[in-house]
Amino acid sequence: MTDNRFFNRSEFIGILVLAVFLMVILPLTLDVFRLNLVAKYLTYAFVALGLVVCWGYGGILSLGQGVFFGLGGYCMAMFLKLEASSVENTKIQSTPGIPDFMDWNQITALPLFWKPFSSLTFTIAAIILVPGIFALIIGTAMFKRRVGGTYFAIITQAVAAILTILIVGQQGYTGGINGMTDLRTLKGWDIRPDHAKVVLYFFEVGCLFVCIMIAQFVRHSKLGRILVAMREKEDRVRFSGYSVANFKIFAFCVAAVFAAIGGAMFALNVGFMSPSFVGIVPSIEMVIYTAVGGRLSILGAVYGTLLVNFAKTSLSETFPELWLFGLGGLFIAVVLAFPNGLAGIWGDYVQPHIDRLISSRKPKPEGWTDKSVTDGAPAE
Amino acid sequence: MFGDYSLGDLGSIFVMQGFAGLILFSVYVLMALGLAIIFGQMGVINMAHGEFMILGAYVTWMTSNIFQSYLPSLFSGYFFLAMILAFVASGALGMLVEWVLIRHLYKRPLDTLLATWGLSLMLQQAYRSVFGAREVGVELPQWMLGSLHVTDSIEVPINGVFVMCLTLLITVCVAYVMYKSRWGRQVRAVVQNRVMAGAVGINTEKVDRYTYGLGCGIAGIAGSAFTMIGSTGPTSGQLYIVDTFLVVVFGGAASLLGTIASAFSISQTQSTLEFFMSGSMAKVLTLLAVVGILMLRPQGLFALKVRK
Repeated sequence: MTDNRFFNRSEFIGILVLAVFLMVILPLTLDVFRLNLVAKYLTYAFVALGLVVCWGYGGILSLGQGVFFGLGGYCMAMFLKLEASSVENTKIQSTPGIPDFMDWNQITALPLFWKPFSSLTFTIAAIILVPGIFALIIGTAMFKRRVGGTYFAIITQAVAAILTILIVGQQGYTGGINGMTDLRTLKGWDIRPDHAKVVLYFFEVGCLFVCIMIAQFVRHSKLGRILVAMREKEDRVRFSGYSVANFKIFAFCVAAVFAAIGGAMFALNVGFMSPSFVGIVPSIEMVIYTAVGGRLSILGAVYGTLLVNFAKTSLSETFPELWLFGLGGLFIAVVLAFPNGLAGIWGDYVQPHIDRLISSRKPKPEGWTDKSVTDGAPAE
Repeated sequence: MFGDYSLGDLGSIFVMQGFAGLILFSVYVLMALGLAIIFGQMGVINMAHGEFMILGAYVTWMTSNIFQSYLPSLFSGYFFLAMILAFVASGALGMLVEWVLIRHLYKRPLDTLLATWGLSLMLQQAYRSVFGAREVGVELPQWMLGSLHVTDSIEVPINGVFVMCLTLLITVCVAYVMYKSRWGRQVRAVVQNRVMAGAVGINTEKVDRYTYGLGCGIAGIAGSAFTMIGSTGPTSGQLYIVDTFLVVVFGGAASLLGTIASAFSISQTQSTLEFFMSGSMAKVLTLLAVVGILMLRPQGLFALKVRK
């Protein structure tokens, strides 16, 4: 019954556990401030999820996911900022009705590319389409020419650097290094009070599960198997008649759109957006979330993100000196000792015990023992 | 954008900006040389390269302080000793890192990127703990201050000239080692075909370790030269790492000539543009141009033809 094109039985249990954890346990045990912190961490989980598809399955390491996170976040922030800068709210400015940072930079009229962002429909479309099309352009230019691996990683990194410098440099249009702050309402609904934070949290978790389902679907479809095949032996897939470039472009675009949704959620939940989430350093940190969770595990990406961020918050509060040593050490340890991250540890050490526990309790049906021998033997 | 300047002014502007570009070019070349050797030869993406450079800068700073307090009479010559020390320190750390970390990862080039990034975070924090978070500057000896008057409107700073001469010297040395010496032949053999090189009796592991050490050592010299023109902080290295990688990729990995040509074109474009627009826009335009050209010609300017 549970074996369908989205998940098999054990994955279904895993998703259920995650859902209970995020939707019931965390909201019941944490206060609103901590819950909002979790909401902030989960926005990165979208990026990590995209990286599982793109890097884990497709073998394409993008070090520029911050670009897409930023594009999505800035699209959302522009809409919220425009709403916060209505004529009544900005009476004291020399030009009322435009965002405050534009006024500070002697800009007297709303720039053309800002205008469509007063519509929520357009904004939602832009959150998906702008990063998607951008990824499509980069992906087509790179993968059609068979650029991959390390070169691709370096070029995406350069793109992240370019976008950061551009945002910081064009202060009048983007808010510069401070970013867009003081975001207030969404269609008249105040996003700042506690109850709004809780609603936004559940909305975000809902979106996360939609993305998890999409990732699961990709994984179980033929597409996902081609991606994995491509990662292992690209030439063989190409010689079998598949267009390797198109599959790579698709995986990259999926990752970009996931990251953009995460960015938009970030702007909503945290209430600001700044270039410090766009550049190279955050982009690489996002990769480490995926690596810690396990680059092949969809659910692992979520747990990895939460774990690293919890560690980051608590460690950097108590031992600010040690935090970078810890993060650096984590990178090295994950790469050297646990290439499959938490999910790999779980699969190697914990899962077999649980399986044994369940199988010893269950009444064994007829013919079942044969199967357990063939299945269990390699894992022991 | 040229309207306000006369032809003579423009000429001077291009010469002066060109010279400023040459200093940037020197730092790029010194950093990119080491990176190109490591990336080109072993396929290792050394994200900690900037931190090796900064190690060289800190060694230079310490040497200058020691000379200032104990050997003030020899202060004018401290830089030459500092450079050697910087090379040795960075090179030794590089070989240690290769032995502990990198040699386990040769089969997974993308993972070297993550591991060396972790290393760079740790080194940054180490510098911050040891030397403090503030930027430190080196006091230049008397003979490096001032500038040369070439014509009425053109002046070139002496420390810049010195850094350029140094770059030239290092480049010639590296070219000699790579293309004329026995060891360089071994390195190139390993680049072209690792298995075959091993089969004819080259100890590829040892070659790898020394190559990595050499690359990091050159980064140390780059850091040493860097102190001549700017101040050093724990995160200064990170500012240059992406630019340097672009230089290497743009030049075509494993090609020394390509690295130099691309460092030259990138630094000249950037510094010339900087005069006419804000520094950030100049950088954006330069990087965009580089990424654009790389999309059209992914193998870089000078590609090494290797059968795979």
